[in-house]
Amino acid sequence: MLLLAALIGIWELYVDLHGSSFSLVLPAPHQVAASLYTDRGLLWSNFLVTAKEVLLGMLLATIAGFVLAVAIHFSPTIRRAVYPLLVASQAVPVVILAPVLVLWLGFGLLPKLVVIALVSFFSIVVTTTAGLAAVDPDLLKLMRTFDASRMRTFWHVELPAALPGVFTGAKIAAAVSVIGAVFAEWNGSNSGLGYVILQSLPQLLAARGVAAVVILSLFAIGLFSLLTLAERLILPWAYPSREKHTW
Amino acid sequence: MVEAPPKEPRELKGADGVEVELVSRMFETKRGRVEALAGMSLRADAHEVVAVVGPSGCGKTTLLEMICGLQAPDSGAVRAAPAALMPQRDLLLPWLTAIDNAGLALRARGVGRGEARKIAEPWLARFGLERFERTRPAELSGGMRQRVSFLRTLLAGKPVLALDEPFAALDAITRQEMQGWLGHVLESEPRTVVLVTHDVEEAVMLGDRVVVMSPRPGRAVCEIEVTLPRPRKRTDAQVVDLRERALAALGVQE
Repeated sequence: MLLLAALIGIWELYVDLHGSSFSLVLPAPHQVAASLYTDRGLLWSNFLVTAKEVLLGMLLATIAGFVLAVAIHFSPTIRRAVYPLLVASQAVPVVILAPVLVLWLGFGLLPKLVVIALVSFFSIVVTTTAGLAAVDPDLLKLMRTFDASRMRTFWHVELPAALPGVFTGAKIAAAVSVIGAVFAEWNGSNSGLGYVILQSLPQLLAARGVAAVVILSLFAIGLFSLLTLAERLILPWAYPSREKHTW
Repeated sequence: MVEAPPKEPRELKGADGVEVELVSRMFETKRGRVEALAGMSLRADAHEVVAVVGPSGCGKTTLLEMICGLQAPDSGAVRAAPAALMPQRDLLLPWLTAIDNAGLALRARGVGRGEARKIAEPWLARFGLERFERTRPAELSGGMRQRVSFLRTLLAGKPVLALDEPFAALDAITRQEMQGWLGHVLESEPRTVVLVTHDVEEAVMLGDRVVVMSPRPGRAVCEIEVTLPRPRKRTDAQVVDLRERALAALGVQE
């Protein structure tokens, strides 16, 4: 908190010392704060648009990432065939892809969801696959002596063991999904915080643009915290209590 | 007699016993071939407790995995009734409560959760775990975890139990308690048991017979019949005497 306050202070001083015209380039924190207040109606309604896109996009990314991870886990052939493609998909610049998707999928919600899911799903695939592969081989042997089928071993042992990995991947994805949403809204859209940023800068409303960025950052933090909380509630065993039990 | 093993090495002959005949097993590792077992033989009749002792790395775990059908021998034959493994580390699932961990083998066979709990519940009580049914492994003591792990193996319903150094990770006091406890349980729930251990005293306390193995490549060098009545006392002169004989067979000088 102290660090944050110091950074804001330096920023404020820096802008103030450069004269009034500089604030069109870089608005001072007090101007951003003022914009957060005066533009609150506009920012809020556009935030709702972006939040919906991000949440649905994350959902899509989690489902796709999980399904891919399971397929990769079960089949070495799929692993060899699909993994290079997944890595390649992350190398495609979203800035280029977003307008193409608009041409292809139209101006609606769908191209935004695809962009957000595309930038988000990869970390979920990687961490979930790692979680599935990290299951103790002795545990799998044990299940074989219990005559467990491959499916039952997956259901009772591998799947629960991989759930923390799904959450880890989703937490990494939470931050980048917001960036994905902004890029998605820069193409063929007329609402959302990305659209607000795009409109504010040429209109010399830099403070409003920065205010939108602040909201996006807070949203990413909120999403991350929510996932952490959900993980603690759903997977309490992954967080053994700190206090030592002595018997 | 050396016969190439068929794909399914667990053909069942007669009762619930185990027969390992002149078994050899090699492993390819990065540092070359390692011979884990060379001409190992072992027999456990129905409801007999056979304790296998040997130095570290003599292929004891390989032996148990063969009995459980997890590995096939390179040569020799393994004939065993269906066996369930109790691994060295308890390997309890951290997300399951004690009762659900105990019932894992049932769930693995497709028994529903409620039914598995109903079967496991009276057993937990018998094993002194009645207040810990809903407790996860992280909150259980080492001895309790081993009891849950043993119960899980027992509830697999196999005639043969393959126990891989079940108490090696416990402190000395708990280990002695658990040895007494296991002897007691096996009296009321007789099973064919192959108990692998590096603790000679444990072998003499629990086994009807003690098989001493050589260092790698492992084979049986000596077999000691333990006819003493149960419960045995570790300070009993005959127990001490048998322990010394097993140690001598292992080549330990005092």
